[in-house]
Amino acid sequence: MSKNTLYDSVWQEHKVAELPNGQDQLFIGLHLLHEVTSPQAFGMLRERNLDVAFPDRTFATTDHIVPTTPSGRERPLNDSQAENMLQALEQNTAESEITFFELGGEKQGITHVVAPELGLSQPGMTVACGDSHTSTHGAFGSIGIGIGTSQIRDVLATGCVAAEKQKVRRINVSGELGPGVYAKDIILKIIRDLGVDGGVGHVYEYGGEAIETLDMEGRLAVCNMSIEGGARAGYINPDKTTYEYLKGREYAPGDDVWDEHVAYWESIKSSEEAEYDDIVEIDADELAPMVTWGVNPGQVVRVNEPIPSLDSMADDTERKAAKKAFDHMGHEPGSTMNGYEIDVTFLGTCTNGRFSDFREAARILEGHTIDEDVKGLAVPGSETVRKQCEAEGLDDIFRNAGFEWRQAGCSMCLAMNNDRLEAGQVCASSSNRNFIGRQGDKAGRTVLMSPAMAAAAAIEGEIVDVRQYLSGGN
Amino acid sequence: MARKQTMEITRVTGTGVPVRGNDVDTDQIMPARFMKEVTFDNMGEYVFYDARRDADGNLNDHPLNEYKGASILVVNKNFGCGSSREHAPQGLMRWGIRGVIGESFAEIFRDNCKSLGMPALTADQETIQQLQSFIEHHPDAGLEIDVARSTVHYDGVDVEMHIDPAMQEALLEGIWDTTAVMYSNMDQVQSVANSLPYVTDE
Repeated sequence: MSKNTLYDSVWQEHKVAELPNGQDQLFIGLHLLHEVTSPQAFGMLRERNLDVAFPDRTFATTDHIVPTTPSGRERPLNDSQAENMLQALEQNTAESEITFFELGGEKQGITHVVAPELGLSQPGMTVACGDSHTSTHGAFGSIGIGIGTSQIRDVLATGCVAAEKQKVRRINVSGELGPGVYAKDIILKIIRDLGVDGGVGHVYEYGGEAIETLDMEGRLAVCNMSIEGGARAGYINPDKTTYEYLKGREYAPGDDVWDEHVAYWESIKSSEEAEYDDIVEIDADELAPMVTWGVNPGQVVRVNEPIPSLDSMADDTERKAAKKAFDHMGHEPGSTMNGYEIDVTFLGTCTNGRFSDFREAARILEGHTIDEDVKGLAVPGSETVRKQCEAEGLDDIFRNAGFEWRQAGCSMCLAMNNDRLEAGQVCASSSNRNFIGRQGDKAGRTVLMSPAMAAAAAIEGEIVDVRQYLSGGN
Repeated sequence: MARKQTMEITRVTGTGVPVRGNDVDTDQIMPARFMKEVTFDNMGEYVFYDARRDADGNLNDHPLNEYKGASILVVNKNFGCGSSREHAPQGLMRWGIRGVIGESFAEIFRDNCKSLGMPALTADQETIQQLQSFIEHHPDAGLEIDVARSTVHYDGVDVEMHIDPAMQEALLEGIWDTTAVMYSNMDQVQSVANSLPYVTDE
C-alpha cells in the first residue's frame, strides 16, 4: 500500500465518501468532453431529468470526427453522422452552459492538447474524460482517468466518479536521452518492459533524471501512453518546469494568487518518505529510437534490433500473438524494422501533436523532400499548435518537403474522419496505438515511433535510424 | 430526481462463447467508424465487425458467428484494453452477452461492464482455457455465473472464480448504477469542491 505519494494526497483531497460497495466517491475537478462519447451520457441525464452539477468545471472540444482540411470543415459537414454528432455536442453544451471550444474557433483541438495548453490541467487536480488518453494530464501532477459513457453521466450529474484506489508503481528513469531519442522512446521502452497489461491495477509515477529533465510536452507524451501499458493513470510530480509552463496561461491561477497555488502544489507532491507498492528502474542510457514491430504497443524493438523470433517464445499464447503480428505485418524471421517500407507518415495526435513534436520533425525534414511514394500528413494537435507552428514557419518546411499541412483533430490516429489508411498501406505514425484496423482499413499496418523517426521514414520511404540525420548537428 | 436503481444481478445463465487471445482491444470489439452514432442502440450489429468478416466481407468462422445466442463470453488476458469506449461492452450486451469471464480485464472495460450490470469474473489461465475447451466441445451446454458465490457452474461442477468485491456488492445490491447513490451525497460533494483551492479561486 502506497503512502505519502502525490496519488495518496490527491485522492484524499478529492474523496467525498465511501460508497456502500466499498468504492470511494471521488470529486472530479476537471471534466473534459468530446463529441463521440458524450451524447449518450447527456441522453441518460435527460431521461432522469438531471442537470449538469458543475458546468464551470466542464469543458468541451471536438476532435475525433472533425475533418482536417479547411474545406472539409465547412458546415454542414459532408458526413451526416459526424454533423449530427457535432450538433449534439453544440446543443448539449449550450443547454448546460458548458464552455465549448468550437470547430472553426481558435482554441479547438484534441482535448488532451487543448486542456494543457490553456492552463486548465493543473497540479493536484482530478481530471476525467470519456477517453482513455486522459492519463496525459498526469504530466502536471494531476490524476487523469479515462472513463466510459455511463461514468460521464455520473460526472455530469454529480461531479464525481465511483472508483477504487490503485497501487502506485514508481518508475525511475535514470540517465540522459541521447540525440534522436525522445520521451516517446522512454514510454515505448517502459511498455515493452512491463507489458501492455503490466499497469493494470496500478498508477504509474514517473520520475528520475530522464523524466525530470523533460519539458512539459515530453512529459505529456510519457503520461499519455500510460494507458497503453495498462495503467489508467500516470503522473509526474510537479516542479519548476511545470510551474513555468503554467504561468500566464489563460486558465492558470493569476499573479495575485500564484504563490498560494504553488505552495499548494508543492504540498501535494510525493514526499521523500513516500512508499510505493513497487519500484521499477529504467536506464535511459540504454535507449535508442524505439519502434513497434507488431500489433500492440508492447511489441517494441530498437530500430536496429532484430524483431523477436517466434522460436524464442516459450509461452504458447505469446507465440500465437506474435505469429498473428508477423502475419499482419508481413515480417520475415530475423529482420529488423530498419528498412521496413512505408506508404504514409502521420504526424500529430494527443501523444505527439504539440509544437515541439513538429519542431523536431521539421528539423529532420528541412532541406529534404519526402519519398515520392509516401503520403505525408501533418495534423497539429490544436489550432493553437497550428498557429504557433505557422508563426515559426514550420508549415512551409512541411509543405516544401511534400507533406499536407492540416487543421487540428485526431485524424488518422483512429480514422473516424476521412483520413484513413488503405488496405495494405504501412504508416509510420507518431500516434499511440498500432491495433489492427486502428488507422482505417483492417489490412492497414501501423508502426509507432517518435515524430522525428516518422519524418526520417517519410524521406527514405522506409524506416531508418533518425540519428543518421542528426550526426554532426548538436 | 435521480431514480433508485433496484436491479439486483445475482446470476447469469446461458450458453457460452469462447473468444481466444490475449490483449483483445476495444478497437477490435468495436471499430471506431461505428461510433459515429449518437446512441448505443445499433451497437450489437457492429460488435467484432471486422474480425467476424473475411477480406471479401463474408462472415468467417469467428466465435460470434458460430455460437449464436450465447450469453457468457469467455476470454483470456487483458481483454478490452485500449480505448475507453463503452460502445464495446454496449455492443456485446446488445448482441446478447450478459456476463464475461476471463484471465484479466482492462480497468476501464471492467468499469464499463459494472456500469452496465454485466458481471466480469476472472480465473487463472488453466481454468479459463478448460472452460473455453469445454464450450468448444459442448457449444449447447448451459453455464451459470453465481455472483454471490463467485462461481461458474458447468459440466456438473462449480468452479471458483474471482469477482472484484466492489462489483460483486454493487450487482448483488442493485446499485451498479452509481449516479443515484452518488447524487444522494451532493452536500458533501459541494463541501469537498469548496475545500479545493482551484475551485474556490473562481
